[in-house]
Amino acid sequence: MADAEPTIRFTTRGGQSVVEVGGAWTVFSLRGFRKKAGKALKSAGAGGAASLVDASAVQRLDTAGALEILQLAGDGPRAKVEAADKAHADLFEVVQRNMCAAAPERQVNWFGHWLEEVGRNVIEIYHQLVNLCAFFGEILVVFLEACLQPRRFRFNAVVRQMYEVWVRALVIVGVLTFLIGVVIAYQGVQQLRQFGAETFTVEAVGIGMFRELGVLLTAIIVAGRSGSAFTAQIGTMQVNQEVDAMRTIGLNPIEWLVLPRITALVISMPLLTFWGDMTGVLGGAVACTIYLDFTFVQFYERLRDMVGPWHFYIGMIKAPVFGAVIAIIGCFEGLQVRGSAESVGNLTTKSVVEAIFSVIVLDAIFSIIFLLANV
Amino acid sequence: MPEAVTHAERPPAPEGGQIVDHRDGRDVVLRLRGVRTQFGPKIIHDHLDFDVFRGEIVGLVGGSGTGKSVLLRTIIGLNHASQGTIEMLGVDTNTLHGEALRRMQARTGVQFQDGALFSSLSVAENIIVPIREHAGLDEELMREIAALKIALVGLPADASDKHPSELSGGMRKRASLARALALDPELLFLDEPTAGLDPIGAAHYDELVKGLSRSLGLTVLMVTHDLDSLNAICDRIAVLLDKRVVVGTMRELLTYDHPWVREYFHGPRGRAAARQE
Repeated sequence: MADAEPTIRFTTRGGQSVVEVGGAWTVFSLRGFRKKAGKALKSAGAGGAASLVDASAVQRLDTAGALEILQLAGDGPRAKVEAADKAHADLFEVVQRNMCAAAPERQVNWFGHWLEEVGRNVIEIYHQLVNLCAFFGEILVVFLEACLQPRRFRFNAVVRQMYEVWVRALVIVGVLTFLIGVVIAYQGVQQLRQFGAETFTVEAVGIGMFRELGVLLTAIIVAGRSGSAFTAQIGTMQVNQEVDAMRTIGLNPIEWLVLPRITALVISMPLLTFWGDMTGVLGGAVACTIYLDFTFVQFYERLRDMVGPWHFYIGMIKAPVFGAVIAIIGCFEGLQVRGSAESVGNLTTKSVVEAIFSVIVLDAIFSIIFLLANV
Repeated sequence: MPEAVTHAERPPAPEGGQIVDHRDGRDVVLRLRGVRTQFGPKIIHDHLDFDVFRGEIVGLVGGSGTGKSVLLRTIIGLNHASQGTIEMLGVDTNTLHGEALRRMQARTGVQFQDGALFSSLSVAENIIVPIREHAGLDEELMREIAALKIALVGLPADASDKHPSELSGGMRKRASLARALALDPELLFLDEPTAGLDPIGAAHYDELVKGLSRSLGLTVLMVTHDLDSLNAICDRIAVLLDKRVVVGTMRELLTYDHPWVREYFHGPRGRAAARQE
């Protein structure tokens, strides 16, 4: 629809300043009008508020138009309005009754803003730590109770979760560790050949996979797949008040939602890590047959002779700990969800980042411990 | 099919599913003709005719599963009707594409049942979204318009910077109404606007919708189960019966001969609401 341009004129009539408006004043015809009107106001030299608005030439009007007219008149809520027809007069009246100052945007300088942000974050981290400790305690209590009454482990739920976090992750974990095994073997051969030590590639692949890469890669994949899923599932239940409903029925959400997930992940992580170790080493073996003219038998015999079992045990010791940490963080962040869908998204991101961060920090701590233990 | 027989036996009815013609020469802002909606083999509405005239408030009722919300979603274009035509403000919605569709969307407003406010934005920003998208005004003016709409729907001024999750259910409904009103639509759709409100809040809300409809010249189609709202503010009531719509005033429907209508309007709640009239 082609709208006539809104027009505005500031005049005086019998010593009284008057605003004459005409044309279409709708939300669609006002783009960029305020600047133009401001110039007209200056050039007319009519300062101050007009107490009479002559809107008899207005053709189309809506609330936005009426509001703009009253704002430009300067004396909005109290101005007297002459309108062409009853509908316009009613509209002006409604707008005048409801006019109020728009809430001004809060302006803070960058330093104040930065300070506020830092303070807010410090307090948030403090609360987070306190909550996490409380949460950990709660899990321990429920866990000990469950040890006394094993049926409270909710084996059905554990098995269902294990299907999600273990069986359905086998393909992705297998493919990724296999590829990494190939890459390490290829790089090993390339670099070690310079010293004529390319047969040590087998040790590089074996030790690297068993000790660190197998378990780390698996943990990172699980944090991305399952940790995020835990947060999103529990968070959505929190938004739908399902968690509150559980509490009122007398079901402890820790027992029903959190413990099965932790149990499932603690069991699944070593299984997945074992699988990842095997496919990773297989990747190395395949690469060695291609680049090193080894046979599979030669590769595995050297692996058996040169890579001690402790390298393997170390990876398997870390796996359940990483699984527990990922599950605890995932469930904790899920229960932190408040209110909206946006909060689910934010906390899911946070849970994945925190889980991967904790896994890597823990890995560093483990390597110090194993270094001191001389294994 | 027994219902086909009863329809055939009735004398030629006025247009648009009405019991008695109430058009009075007004514009038809919404005209449905022969609409059929179905999900797979399940037919929800069939041969549905329905008219809404300019400036009136029409309530849409029906038993659960009769497809009130489906009909509303079909009218606003979120569902596709497998047959029939829907004319909104004189334009067949099937022919609307691109820019024309956007212009039509700017002339209608929808309030969803639970508000459907954008949870990442404050109330004021929620109201500004359609204005910025369709009109693109100065930032300051848009904020002033948002403040006006917030006052118009009876929310306190400090609600404007709050996020939807910080509001109570009733306030969310009002904020959602403010967003639906952002562009001064000619046609307003409300989905169960008073469901979940206390009777006082619901009565205030009814008054608000009625007042806005009168002062802004709105046409309102509301899905509701609140008999008090139907009584207090609806000019006409559309009842979904046997996959079609029967439209009439409360008085006409009280004497309409259909088991569901009788039970609905003559049940204990219906009688209580009718007594207040």
